[in-house]
Amino acid sequence: MTTQRKAVALISGGLDSMLAAKAIIDQGIHVEGINFFTGFCVEGHTHAIRQKARAKPKRNNALWVAEQLGIKLHIIDVVEEYKDVVINPKHGYGANLNPCLDCKGFMVRHAYRWMRENGFDFIITGEVIGQRPMSQRRDTLPIVAQESGAGDRLLRPLCAKLLPPTLPEREGWVDRERLMDINGRSRKPQMTLAARFGITEYSQPAGGCCFLTDPNYTQKLEDLWRTRGDKHYELDDIMLLKIGRHLRPRPHFKLVVGREEGENNFLEGYRHHFTHLRPLSHKGPLVLIDGKTDEDDLRLAAQLAARFSQGRDAASVSIGVTEKNGRAYTIDVRPLTREEIPEGWYL
Amino acid sequence: MVPVNEYTLDARNLLCPLPVIRLQNSAKTLADGDTLKVICTDPGALNDIPAWCRINGHNVIDIQKGDTELTITIRLSKPQKYDH
Repeated sequence: MTTQRKAVALISGGLDSMLAAKAIIDQGIHVEGINFFTGFCVEGHTHAIRQKARAKPKRNNALWVAEQLGIKLHIIDVVEEYKDVVINPKHGYGANLNPCLDCKGFMVRHAYRWMRENGFDFIITGEVIGQRPMSQRRDTLPIVAQESGAGDRLLRPLCAKLLPPTLPEREGWVDRERLMDINGRSRKPQMTLAARFGITEYSQPAGGCCFLTDPNYTQKLEDLWRTRGDKHYELDDIMLLKIGRHLRPRPHFKLVVGREEGENNFLEGYRHHFTHLRPLSHKGPLVLIDGKTDEDDLRLAAQLAARFSQGRDAASVSIGVTEKNGRAYTIDVRPLTREEIPEGWYL
Repeated sequence: MVPVNEYTLDARNLLCPLPVIRLQNSAKTLADGDTLKVICTDPGALNDIPAWCRINGHNVIDIQKGDTELTITIRLSKPQKYDH
């Protein structure tokens, strides 16, 4: 009797990992998916928070892919362990604060641990040689296999024919001839393969699926680290960086200004942790103040809050202030004009 | 007849995929036939929790939508192993 071989597939929710898993499922291997929640995932959160994004489909693409493939998906919260990847990447950052090579090694290492704990035989990823400038190059793919500990139990079905045979191929668990030889940045081979597999719907996130590749986001994260004096973060910190307009009018405090109703609702959940402002005489955003403020700072913050309210052209706007200790009062301020807000205040 | 236990999971103010992760972790501890009422505020849970149930063989038995909250009741269909 032959042993039913089992593979764990890293499922991001994108096309490549979907195709890689499908290629192995079609060879009779039992496949289950694994997906890691790092806190920096793009999809879902923006949709969930912002009203204007709510017309788009609200779904977790990794779950959706798993359902299309008919496999189980294990979503694992790695927020705490992932911090070391972001803060101290051995292989450094990419164009922004994206530690892509360390990240891939981290995920494969966790998948390898899961594989052993659950009696699986090998790991599948959707990596393609030359697809990404940092983590998916011919010279970096072996680093991921080596540093993760997975070694030749790591199979990349989409470019396997361009790489040395792995254990699943050598042992005949999978037929190497039925694997692919895709390389480069073109998406055409993947689309052709999707058509061959009968896959007509798939997610193609523009600009990647991680906020750490986003220059605007990483600017805010760098600001957070710079003003705190060290590189650390909590989940709430990195969630707050995803939403609102962020301004730092003084080195010792910044404002998070809701841009629309959905963001204001989301910020409401954080207001008890921050001194916060709310226009009272006019409609306007909830504004959180991150940092220590004196009376002059609060007045400046209130003038900024007034600027982003519907009273921006009024002579005076009443702003409700609630300090972190619960003390609440109202101040009347003149809204700042656009010209009075230096571009450098915006993060 | 084996008694059915009813549990509640408060996943309010958590954004996707955290409600699913909390559900997945709770489901590990529950028995076949138990029901779990998941209270969420992330509208994405409306798709994600039923999808998670479908791929893991559990049943969604009720969905209640409020102005800001969503309550999804699930019946665990059989013992599952979700060890990581």
